[in-house]
Amino acid sequence: MKQGTLVPALESVLAMPVEGRSPWQDARMRFARNKAAVASLVILLLITLACAIGPMLLPNAFDSTDWNMMSSTPTFANWHLFGTDDTGRDLLVRCLVGGRVSLMIGGLATLTSVTLGIVWGAIAGFVGGRVDNAMMRIVDMMYAIPYLLIAILMVTLLGREFYLVVLTITVFSWMDMARVVRGQTLAIRSKEYIEAARAIGVSTSGIILRHIVPNLLGIVAIYTTVTVPGVILTESVLSFLGLGVQEPMTSWGVLIQDGVGVMETAPWILLFPAALLSVTLYCINFVGDGLRDALDPKDR
Amino acid sequence: MWSYTLRRVLLTVPTLLIVITVCYLLLHATPGGPFDGERKVSAEVLANLQAKYHLGEPLWKQYLLYLNSLLHGDLGASFRYADWSVNDLVLRALPVSLTIGGVSMVLAIVLGVALGIVAALYRNSPADYLLMIISNAGSAFPSFVIGPVLILVFAILLKWLPAGGWNGFHVRYMVLPVALLTIINVSTVGRVTRGSLIEVMNTNYIRTAYAKGLSRWTVVMRHALRPTMIPVVSVIGPLAIGSITAAVVTESVFSLPGIGKLIVNGAANRDYTLVLGLVVLVTVVAVLLNLLVDLAYAWLDPKIRY
Repeated sequence: MKQGTLVPALESVLAMPVEGRSPWQDARMRFARNKAAVASLVILLLITLACAIGPMLLPNAFDSTDWNMMSSTPTFANWHLFGTDDTGRDLLVRCLVGGRVSLMIGGLATLTSVTLGIVWGAIAGFVGGRVDNAMMRIVDMMYAIPYLLIAILMVTLLGREFYLVVLTITVFSWMDMARVVRGQTLAIRSKEYIEAARAIGVSTSGIILRHIVPNLLGIVAIYTTVTVPGVILTESVLSFLGLGVQEPMTSWGVLIQDGVGVMETAPWILLFPAALLSVTLYCINFVGDGLRDALDPKDR
Repeated sequence: MWSYTLRRVLLTVPTLLIVITVCYLLLHATPGGPFDGERKVSAEVLANLQAKYHLGEPLWKQYLLYLNSLLHGDLGASFRYADWSVNDLVLRALPVSLTIGGVSMVLAIVLGVALGIVAALYRNSPADYLLMIISNAGSAFPSFVIGPVLILVFAILLKWLPAGGWNGFHVRYMVLPVALLTIINVSTVGRVTRGSLIEVMNTNYIRTAYAKGLSRWTVVMRHALRPTMIPVVSVIGPLAIGSITAAVVTESVFSLPGIGKLIVNGAANRDYTLVLGLVVLVTVVAVLLNLLVDLAYAWLDPKIRY
C-alpha cells in the first residue's frame, strides 16, 4: 500500500467526531457477540412466549380428558404432540400451563427477593457500623437454616396459594443478593473515582446516580440470573414433593412428579416436562454467564 | 481466636431460638386445632386431650413448656401416628438418613477433591472436561430429574439394582440414592478444589519449592495440598445443609424411610408436631454443623485470626 492512500484515509477517520460508548452499549455489544448466550436468550423467550400464548392457540384444554386417548404416545392425532397423561389430558398444553405457573412464580419470587436483597444490602453497606453488623448477622443466621424444611413447614401451615408459595420462596432467596450488594456498595464507596467525582464537585445524588448505581446494576443483573434458577428449582422441589400448587392447576415440578409415577409404562410423561425445565435452567445459566462477561469491564 | 469462638457460639443460640420461635408461632397461627377431625370427638375426650397436650394453657406457657421439653430432648407426640412419639419416629428414621448422607458426603469429598486436583493440574484434560460437564449438568438437571433417570436406566432398563425401598441396610438398595447425593455434591467440591489449587500453584512459595528442585508430585503433595483444602473445608457446611435438602428429595424419589420422607409425609398429613419437631431437630444439627465447620476453618487458616 502506498503512503499517499493511507494518509488521507487516516485523516478522514481522525476528522470524524468522537462518539463515546456508554457502558450499557458496550455491554450490549459484548453480549451480542456471545453466541451461546444470545441463543439461550432466544430459546428462553420462545419458551416464555409458548407458555404465554400456546394454551390459547391449541385446541385442547389443560384439564379436559380425551377419553379415547389415555396415556397416548406423542402423536399428531388431536394435536397430542407430547402425548397424553394417564387420565387422557393433553401433555403439551399441561406443560405450557405448568410452565406459566413455574415461570410466573419464578419471576415474581425473583423480583421480590432481589428487591429485598438490594434494599437490605444497600442499607447495610451505606449505613455501616453497628446497623451493618446486625443486618449481616441476620443474613448469616438465614444461611445456617436448612431452608427447604422451613419452606415445607410454611407451605404446610400457611397453605398453597400462589402468593404464599412466592412469599415462602422469597424468604429464603434474598440473602445472596444482600451480601453481594453490601460488598459492592462498601467497595464502591471507597473507590478513587468516587473521591475524584467528589473533588470536582459532583453532588451526592449525582455520585449515587452516575457512579454508584451503574456499578451496582451490573452485579445485580448477574446475581438476578443466578437467583432465577434457584427460585424456579425451589418451586419445582416443593411441587415435586406435593407441596406446591394443587390439582388441576399444575407446574413443571408437579408434572415431573406425575411422570415419575408412570415412568415405567409411559416415560414421555416424565421426559417432556423434565426436558423443558432442564432446558430453561440451562439457558438461564448461559444468559447469566453471558451477562457476567458482558458487564464486567475488567474482563475483556 | 477464643473471642471469635465465643462470639460464634453465642450467635448460635439466638439463631436456634429464633427458628424455633418462628416455627412455633407459625404452627399456632394456623386456623384449626389438631383435633378438628372429620369424626367428632366427645367433649370429655377433647377436654382430656387438651389437658394432656396443655392446649388449654395460654400461648406463652405452652411455648415455655415446649422449650422445656426440647431441652430435655423430648420432641413431643405425633398427632397422626397414634402411640408414637416424635422421638420414636426420629430414632427409626435417623440411621437411614445418616447412612445415606454420611456415605455420600465422604464419597463426594474424596472424589471431588481428587477430580479437582487432576482438573487443576491438567487443565483442558478429560478430567477437567468431566468436571465441567458434571457441574454444568448439576445446575441444569435437578435432583428430582437425575434420580428418576437413574431409576429408569439402572433399575428398569438394565435391572441391575432395585428401584427403591430400603430393606434393612442392604447395600444394593443404597447404591442409587448414595450415587444421586454424591453426583449432586461432587461438582461443588471439585470446582472449589480446582479453583483453590490453581490459585495456590501461582503463589511464590510454590515457585520457591520448584526452585529447590522438588518434583511436581512432591510440590503438590507437600506444599500445595494443605492450603488448597482451606476453602474446601468452608464449603462443607453449606454442602451439608444442601445435602439435608437434597436428602428430602432423594428419600422421596427412592421411597426411603428416612427423616426427609418423614417430614414430607408429616407435611402431607398435616402432622404439625411431627413436622415442627423434625424441623427443629434438623435445624439444630445444621446450625451446629455450620458452627463446627466455621471453627475448623478459622483454626485451619493461619491467615485468619479473629
